[in-house]
Amino acid sequence: MSGPSDYQPSNPALQWIERRLPILGLMHSSFVAYPTPRNLNYWWTFGAILSFMLGMQILTGVILAMHYTPHADLAFKSVELIVRDVNYGWLLRNMHAVGASMFFVAVYVHMFRGLYYGSYKEPREVLWILGVIIYLLMMATGFMGYVLPWGQMSFWGATVITNLFSAIPYVGESIVTLLWGGYSVGNPTLNRFFSLHYLLPFLIAGVVVLHVWALHVAGQNNPDGVEPKTEKDTVPFTPHATIKDMFGVACFMLLYAWFIFYMPNYLGDADNYIPANPGVTPPHIVPEWYYLPFYAILRSIPNKLAGVIGMFGAIIILCFLPWLDAAKTRSSKYRPLAKQFFWIFVVVCILLGYLGAQPPEGIYVIAGRVLTVCYFAYFLIVLPLLARIEKPRPVPNSISDAVLAKTGSRSTPMVSTAIMLALAGSLFAGSVDSAKASEGSDTPPGNKWSFSGPFGKFDRGALQRGLKVYKEVCASCHGLSYVAFRNLAEPGGPSYSVAQAAAFASEYKVKDGPNDAGDMFERAGRPADYFPSPFPNEQAARAANGGAAPPDLSLITKARSYKRGFPWFIFDFFTQFQEQGPDYVSALLQGFEDKVPEGVTIPEGSYYNKYFPGHAIKMPKPLSDGQVTYDDGSPTTVAQYSKDVTTFLMWTAEPHMEARKRLGFQVFVFLILFAGLMYFTKKKVWASSH
Amino acid sequence: MNPDASTIAAGAPIEVDLSPVAEGQDIKVFWRGKPIYISHRTKKQIDEARAVNVASLPDPQSDEARVKSGHEQWLVVIGICTHLGCIPIAHEGNYDGFFCPCHGSQYDSSGRIRQGPAPANLPVPPYQFVSDTKIQIG
Repeated sequence: MSGPSDYQPSNPALQWIERRLPILGLMHSSFVAYPTPRNLNYWWTFGAILSFMLGMQILTGVILAMHYTPHADLAFKSVELIVRDVNYGWLLRNMHAVGASMFFVAVYVHMFRGLYYGSYKEPREVLWILGVIIYLLMMATGFMGYVLPWGQMSFWGATVITNLFSAIPYVGESIVTLLWGGYSVGNPTLNRFFSLHYLLPFLIAGVVVLHVWALHVAGQNNPDGVEPKTEKDTVPFTPHATIKDMFGVACFMLLYAWFIFYMPNYLGDADNYIPANPGVTPPHIVPEWYYLPFYAILRSIPNKLAGVIGMFGAIIILCFLPWLDAAKTRSSKYRPLAKQFFWIFVVVCILLGYLGAQPPEGIYVIAGRVLTVCYFAYFLIVLPLLARIEKPRPVPNSISDAVLAKTGSRSTPMVSTAIMLALAGSLFAGSVDSAKASEGSDTPPGNKWSFSGPFGKFDRGALQRGLKVYKEVCASCHGLSYVAFRNLAEPGGPSYSVAQAAAFASEYKVKDGPNDAGDMFERAGRPADYFPSPFPNEQAARAANGGAAPPDLSLITKARSYKRGFPWFIFDFFTQFQEQGPDYVSALLQGFEDKVPEGVTIPEGSYYNKYFPGHAIKMPKPLSDGQVTYDDGSPTTVAQYSKDVTTFLMWTAEPHMEARKRLGFQVFVFLILFAGLMYFTKKKVWASSH
Repeated sequence: MNPDASTIAAGAPIEVDLSPVAEGQDIKVFWRGKPIYISHRTKKQIDEARAVNVASLPDPQSDEARVKSGHEQWLVVIGICTHLGCIPIAHEGNYDGFFCPCHGSQYDSSGRIRQGPAPANLPVPPYQFVSDTKIQIG
């Protein structure tokens, strides 16, 4: 892509091809001989990291699509079946879901890098605008992908986001109908989102080709912002940049793997483990973390249309950046004022992200308005003004001068550390879990779970006892519809033998049919059958339980959470704490109190529970001491029952958890070795260039 | 990409029997995938809705224009917040009407926006009374 190549393959077959289609020459001149500035730092490896992430998303996505069913009634279940039954389906899903977040982490670093070093300036305007287009496409793709699992947050996120378009005067409503393919978000919406979610990544790949093409025409920018002048200023792309990028990718994969194997739900929302319900809006609708700054801007503007314009404007304004910032000096390294404002801007973005996750009330609204003004002021006032009044420091004559002068200088690592910290902050700010179970109730006490931590395993005894508690107590009202009897004999579960699972299944009556006479009939359960639900449908469950349908328990420990709050959610990332769900379920089971505290009124037919949001729960106290007999001598107390049944329900929510953590350890050992190998290879390759 | 024929057909008018809804209660029915709130308003709610100065409202509309005359006790509105499409909760908020949990919009007992970011009143779907205790929506 950088001019005609003089590359000639030595193999006659390749020569034959090359004369007819010079693709090898193109590859050679673009990715081997291509001169890359020798002073690039590690922030420049994010281009390669992004390419890697795009490839990863397309690869995992194509395989997931082979197993996914885009139908409003089946989508949620099909995703659960991918996780439970498809070979390494849990891995594919985690890689894809976490991959979306990692993709955005990388793209934000990449964009801030461009902002800091002035990579959008002449002659790289088109390169920058192509990048903004990729970013917009990524946002659309990410949003549509989040809709596909068809959980509560998927459904309501889709409702809120599609309704943004209704703010457009005159044509807004028709556009929204067109997006929905109906009168509300429903099956047609899911179908078209699936189709577009499959299409857009390939469009992104196409624009990425243009982006790389434009990059190779204009040449890479570099930390000093001076164009390469002589051969001494550059090194060939391969092996120098290739090996450096490999090391960068390996390090990034460590972070990626941390989420995949140890914190797969950290960046998600517990509400999305509840199937979509068009009749119930979750209390807090929060988009994925990567949209939060823009969501905060939307909410801080009190007028609907102005809010929507502000939100989209916050992204579109990036397209005009090359002309808003007219300063001749590219790199902020030589712009003392621009550098400071850049960091203020980064903090503004992170704080906006934090506010986007908070309820829109009181101080949060005011702070949101102030920060929205700051966001736009950076582009519309600060940058144009700085171009006029700032006196930049002299830039070096050439890249080699800069490299020689820098030997021993320590400014770059400091800046790098600061960016790293800021980035980590933004990640955490966005990852605040939904406050599903937190409204006006006590925080559940923490427990010691055998399955927590990087080497956690289920306690077999607890699983077996929990199954007994479920069967004898919970099962009279609550279903367990994603769990099959065969699962009881699978590795990582309660460790029953196949025969025991079959015997267990045969105690159940399962409806089957129709038979040859066209009648439905009942037969004994088989291992392939799923736990039968106690009620034929949700309405029956509702009618039999005073208007509140008992939820299915298959996913309950992942579908419930409580707000950890600042700063706990930051520590949680390092300690791998993700047992909010089990803590809540266990606390709820023990949280019934006969004596209602002062000031709380419990409606008739409800019961007081200390940990239930709003305290009035329709479920009567389910467990009492001695209710279920244990054969293994464990204490038959409510505390023990709660602990056992919660452990069992954690297993039903994630039957492959042990496999996940085991594989995670192996992957980490491999990645650390691989990254080390890459690091020393890189050192060797670059030894002569420094 | 507009709605297909079956979607349009499924959106045909529906009839709702109002006789089981006692005063002060409300029911939620689905029409075209949208929740429709049918409230049997109390005298107090009607009086509150009519006492307000219409010109002072963000989206001025009198209560008389939002219900069918002769059936003032029945309020029929599409239960979708005009801000960003969440479902407001009935009998909550400061105006004896609806409260949207997403972004805090509050509607009064006539479904009119009184406070919060929503720009318009809860829309009234097309409906008529087939008899005193039965309405047809659509």
